[in-house]
Amino acid sequence: MNMFAYYLDLAIRSLKRNRLLTVLMVLAIAIGIGASMTTLTVMHLLSGDPLPGKSAQLFYAQVNGNPTPDYKHAEPPDMMDYRSAMDLWEAHRADRQTLVTVPKALKVRTPDSTRPPLMEQTLFATSDFFPMFDVPFEYGNAWTASDDANRARIVVISSDLNNKLFGGKDSVGKTLHVRDANLRIVGVLKDWRPSPVFYDVRGGRFANGDTASYYDKTEALFVPFNTGLDINHGNFWWFNCWHVPKPGESMVSAPCNWLGLWVELDSPAKVASYRAFLDHYAQQQHTLGRVRYTETRLRSLMDWLRFNQFVPSDVKLQTWLAFAFLAICLFNTVGLLLAKFLRRAGEIGVRRALGASRRAVFAQCLTEAGVIGLLGGIGGWLLTLFGLWVVRQQPAPYAPMVHLDVSMFVVTFVLAIAVSLVAGALPALRASRIAPALQLKTL
Amino acid sequence: MQIRPVIAALKKHRLATVLIAMEIALACAVLCNAASMIASRMSAMHIVSGVDESSLGFIALQGFDPKQANDVNARVLSGLGAITGVESVHVINSVPFGMQAGNAGITLDPDSKHFGGVVEFYVGGPGTPEALGLKLVAGRLPATDDYQPIANFLPADSGVLVTRTLAEHLWPGENPLGKEFWLGKKIHFRVIGVVAHFAIQQYNEEGRRGAQWTVFAPGLPGEQLAGGYLIRAKPADLDRVMTAAKAAIAKIAPDVVLDREDSQTVTYLRAKFFQTDRAMAGLLIGVIVALLGVTAFGIVGLASFWVAQRRKQIGIRRALGATRTDILRYFQTENFLIVTFGIVVGVVLAIGINLALMKFFEVPRLPLWYLPVGVVALWLLGQLAVLVPALRAAAVPPVVATRSV
Repeated sequence: MNMFAYYLDLAIRSLKRNRLLTVLMVLAIAIGIGASMTTLTVMHLLSGDPLPGKSAQLFYAQVNGNPTPDYKHAEPPDMMDYRSAMDLWEAHRADRQTLVTVPKALKVRTPDSTRPPLMEQTLFATSDFFPMFDVPFEYGNAWTASDDANRARIVVISSDLNNKLFGGKDSVGKTLHVRDANLRIVGVLKDWRPSPVFYDVRGGRFANGDTASYYDKTEALFVPFNTGLDINHGNFWWFNCWHVPKPGESMVSAPCNWLGLWVELDSPAKVASYRAFLDHYAQQQHTLGRVRYTETRLRSLMDWLRFNQFVPSDVKLQTWLAFAFLAICLFNTVGLLLAKFLRRAGEIGVRRALGASRRAVFAQCLTEAGVIGLLGGIGGWLLTLFGLWVVRQQPAPYAPMVHLDVSMFVVTFVLAIAVSLVAGALPALRASRIAPALQLKTL
Repeated sequence: MQIRPVIAALKKHRLATVLIAMEIALACAVLCNAASMIASRMSAMHIVSGVDESSLGFIALQGFDPKQANDVNARVLSGLGAITGVESVHVINSVPFGMQAGNAGITLDPDSKHFGGVVEFYVGGPGTPEALGLKLVAGRLPATDDYQPIANFLPADSGVLVTRTLAEHLWPGENPLGKEFWLGKKIHFRVIGVVAHFAIQQYNEEGRRGAQWTVFAPGLPGEQLAGGYLIRAKPADLDRVMTAAKAAIAKIAPDVVLDREDSQTVTYLRAKFFQTDRAMAGLLIGVIVALLGVTAFGIVGLASFWVAQRRKQIGIRRALGATRTDILRYFQTENFLIVTFGIVVGVVLAIGINLALMKFFEVPRLPLWYLPVGVVALWLLGQLAVLVPALRAAAVPPVVATRSV
């Protein structure tokens, strides 16, 4: 420990001696760390698990309800038709299950206000949605299975909408005029921003890597599925259709895929048996002549996100670019450190002649590299903060969420010091191999 | 200038030489690929929309029932038409770079056997192609009786305009006029005219290659064609007209909701559409600058070290008759050799990285002429960076040789 303090002192003296070289090395590491930590932080935010601890038990079910020949049927479509989705949901074979679908934006008004109506995004789901996805409530509660069955005219709203319409106050019990119906508010969510909005992820393989919209806000309204069917006749988005639906046609009979089914399965055995259940259902429907293809899928949440290539390809590209840049900075630092250490060959020779071991010289050089890494880390941290500020000015939907959390802060310094130690290892090794006799001769 | 002594000296510093050369190799590879990506983003941003962008604006309305559609159309057309400066108002589903209003996979036969690709559908009322300013290159624009009621999102059987790019994709080398295609079994199209350009609304699964795969179907405004309005005005008037139009909607149709995000001039929508490309291009330029800077720093640092280390030798050379220019040339040659070594590796690396990027990302093939440009840029950078230390070396007086250390 004593020796370490001594090396630290030596390192600082040495760094002071050649300020230009020191500044160049610290700057190179700082820029490299700043660039790579900025992209890594964005990557960390976007590629993370939106429901840590829970996601392994959540699965997305797919069957292919298409009765007509499909020119590309290798994969079942990303959503299901009404009949298939309803059959699977009603079977209640999973621990929990919820249907999800997003209709076209709905017109929302408060009956007692003069403010102009809003168009808001809505999710139609079933009661398990909230406990399955650990959705946090600020006021009130989720609806129950009996509300689903009774087609209750109720709604849960996001904290955003509650702030907009009710100034953030408890609005449970108030009424919203949604399209042509009156819905009673039963719950208000806390600020909930899953990243990505995993339950809406689909169609990623057709997005050409432009998946930034997965990181948008959640819907503003959450309405029981059957209620949604009642109040929103014919006003749906669909994933795809095998015939063009008639205008205003009820989505219940439309030849379209427009429903997602999420299930919660607590054990591998249940997963296996649910898989068998899906296969059995597809086979049975095929035998009945309703569907043409029998392939099914049951992907876990993270698998489903990966299948949809959920991280925007621009972000991945930026990360690669940043690390290539860090590699350049690394080469740079190795070269400069080598120059620096070998320049002190005479000094090192004296130390060796006076009895310092190779290991000691190596440790001394590495300490110096570490100090440069620490300084570079501080610079890199500041540059990362600046880089993230720049990212926040971007138009991407995830931009406002980007910030440096504690883990990434630690990673910044670990990376900076690791990089400088890696960079220092080779020059330090070279320096420790300096033959003392040769150096002493030239003195 | 003799190269051999320079090489002999470099062999003494093999590790440092290799390191700086590798840094240059990586810089060369990243530089070429980043430049190529910038160029591809820029070229995507220069897409020709085919419409008179500076004269056009779009108003999007939501939140009304199909039953109210005719009433809303009538009120908006007359209400917006009355604003001073408005040259025309037409009902249209969307505008280039505007909201996604209709793309679908088409087939070249009614039995859906021959798939043609996913194309963008524009549907507009009488006079819309003229108001957009589409440039006809073959055939004719829709006449009054080509505008038909819309059966099912599109007219059931219509004579349409297609872009030259789409015609060439669907029927390469053939005359597209009179050619037919289908959407499902029931919706049928016949080509009556070809336009030079007409950009799509938003990218679909075809990506950039489908950016001009566009169909214009003439339709009559009604229940299924309402809520989207194309405003044409003189470019100087447009911003004022759009502000007035948005304000007027509240009076014209108090019950509907103005979609503020999509109600914009086409110029604005275009800028927004390419926002991410512009940001990415800016970022890439930033990376290139930083990269060249770091590489130059590296060269300066190492060259300075070598100059300091060789002060005595330089003094001896000077004392033995070498001129300042000889010393300068020595360091310049040395730098040229190192950079060349790096570039040779860098060119191979650049092509390798490009192949990998093409596999995993939507990145175009690296145009080969980027490589010589990158090479020359790095040579220049190397020479510039080494100049300061080399001049310092040239300034070493011969008397240094006579001093014992």
